Amino acid sequence: MLTFTIRRLLLSIPTLLFIAFVIFMLLELAPGDPMAQMPLTIPPEVKEKMRLALGLGEPWWVRFPLWLKQFFIVEPQYWIDSAFGTNFADGAQRIISFQSRSPVFDTIAQRMPQTLWVVGMSYVVGVLIALPIGIISAYRQYSVFDQTGTFVSMIGFSVPPFFSGVLLIVIFSVQLKWLPSIYDTTHVVNSWDSFVVQLRQMIMPVMVLALQTTAQVSRYMRASMLDNLTQDYVRTARAKGMSESVVVMKHVLRNSMIPVITVIALGIPAIFGGAIITEQIFKVNGLGQLLIIALQGNDIPMVMTITFLLAVLIVMMNLIADVLYGILDPRIRYD
Amino acid sequence: MLDNPQKPLVSVRDLKMHFPIYAGLFRRRVGEVKAVDGISFDVMEGETLGLVGESGCGKSTAGRSVLRLYDITSGQIEIDGRQIGDTPQNQLRGMRPTMQMVFQDPQASLNPRMTVEAIIREPLDEHTTLTPTEKRDKVAELMDAVGLNRKFAGRYPHAFSGGQRQRIGIARALALNPKFIVCDEPIAALDVSIQAQVVNLLEDLQEKYGLTYLFISHDLSMVRHIATRVAVMYLGKVVELADRETLFADPQHPYTQALLSAVPEPDPSLARKTERIILQGDVPSPSKPPKGCNFCTRCPAAMDICKTGEPEYREIAPGRFAACHLHNPT
Repeated sequence: MLTFTIRRLLLSIPTLLFIAFVIFMLLELAPGDPMAQMPLTIPPEVKEKMRLALGLGEPWWVRFPLWLKQFFIVEPQYWIDSAFGTNFADGAQRIISFQSRSPVFDTIAQRMPQTLWVVGMSYVVGVLIALPIGIISAYRQYSVFDQTGTFVSMIGFSVPPFFSGVLLIVIFSVQLKWLPSIYDTTHVVNSWDSFVVQLRQMIMPVMVLALQTTAQVSRYMRASMLDNLTQDYVRTARAKGMSESVVVMKHVLRNSMIPVITVIALGIPAIFGGAIITEQIFKVNGLGQLLIIALQGNDIPMVMTITFLLAVLIVMMNLIADVLYGILDPRIRYD
Repeated sequence: MLDNPQKPLVSVRDLKMHFPIYAGLFRRRVGEVKAVDGISFDVMEGETLGLVGESGCGKSTAGRSVLRLYDITSGQIEIDGRQIGDTPQNQLRGMRPTMQMVFQDPQASLNPRMTVEAIIREPLDEHTTLTPTEKRDKVAELMDAVGLNRKFAGRYPHAFSGGQRQRIGIARALALNPKFIVCDEPIAALDVSIQAQVVNLLEDLQEKYGLTYLFISHDLSMVRHIATRVAVMYLGKVVELADRETLFADPQHPYTQALLSAVPEPDPSLARKTERIILQGDVPSPSKPPKGCNFCTRCPAAMDICKTGEPEYREIAPGRFAACHLHNPT
């Protein structure tokens, strides 16, 4: 297993370099100019100087290796420096956003907590709701509970967040005035009351996103449970005289979790990508919103870095899902 | 049972297991599959009752219903002096140690994520108060009894061959010292050389532990080898039940005669002489059994009465039961 993991990690290096190259070339070849948003009153020669100042005067075969060097060498050096007070970086150039002129990673670090809190929490909540729903739906197939579950997940699949989000705002913020419609990022949690405020502002975005996760994961859970409930070994377990809870929770659930865990693991990168639409609706200034603004402003370093980080996460989660598969299913051995 | 002074360990009376069919827009109940439709038999203590019949005749359903792995439609089942026909499943759990089952597919009937030791030990965890050391000893003892190396206790089922997996299944069934074991085609998924090993193992264990078997199979020669008495099923009903010797020598029911004539004869010169009774047509659907006798659509000896009246299942000679109008008392 360890050999397998290390081999896969090594193999992911060329994969990621290739992904980085593709993203870079896509951004390079795409139309669009970082200077496009500048006022027309700026003379062309000044614009040209600004372009050169951003490093755009160099050809791509200089800029791409430079970005790689900044991403893989300079940025980690800065992290080590800030963590241990050393001076490896020695004032080297970091990846700088075209728009804000501040280091890209500083901005990402500022946006990360909001996204993790809202989107990450919605994923956890969604999965926690989905698992019992899936289990009960499968165990009581075609019952009222199962039919309701099917209906709700159909809604979750088919109603987009830009509708459900706005609907929730209209109901709970505008009509009932129970919950705030805007997520206040500057809110500091330091007492019980402020914690309650934080909870109240989180509820709506979290539930909008959780509905989607629940719909998906509960379907997978139900299908997987149904698959295993009809297996012969379940009948064996009943014939052994095991109690129904042992049969369902130990024999069926453990075997059903294998594919579901893969689905859950592969969904995790999406958390870090933020939920672009939902973050826009509730004004959560997370990563999704950052990416959208960077795209609109042709902020190439920012887009490049965020997209590449997502690619790294997807590759890593694939690896983790594969390793988990091997741990959970004794029939799969990688050595 | 004049010539059989033993007392029955299992006695089944008029057992019915109908599976509902739902169809249409509102999934209304439109009918039922009469998988087992009123069967009665006794299994004596220490004997092996063979249950034979072609695919889909309800053998396996009958075996599972006797152990109440299904909630049966109607009928009485008495095992070891206790009526279990209508006992709710949760009360039935306590009685499961007496009655166990060996399943057909040794691959699918073992949980792929449990080691052999965990599979055999689980019933001990549930039904006994042994200490962990005693449980481990018991598991090792059972593995010895079925001829599995103790060293394999930590392995998972997928690492074993079909015959070894069936041995695990048998060890698992034996764990709680049962009296009655339903063997549901335990050898059907194995190749012939392994079949003999497993059947011999079952016989040895029967002798050693004084077990009673209900042996379900479609392999007539294997049933002839292992069974004390044989019951023949057709379309959810027992058509004939008799001692092994009598049944194979002198079958009374036309279906049994046809079934036995289909057994391959190893001697070519004899094989040429034997006359096969070839049945025409297919088995009717168990959801729409024919009127009268279930076998009347294919019976070479069908009479008018067969198409109207259902034959009664009765004792036609001491210890011999059949359901056929040919044997109506005159």
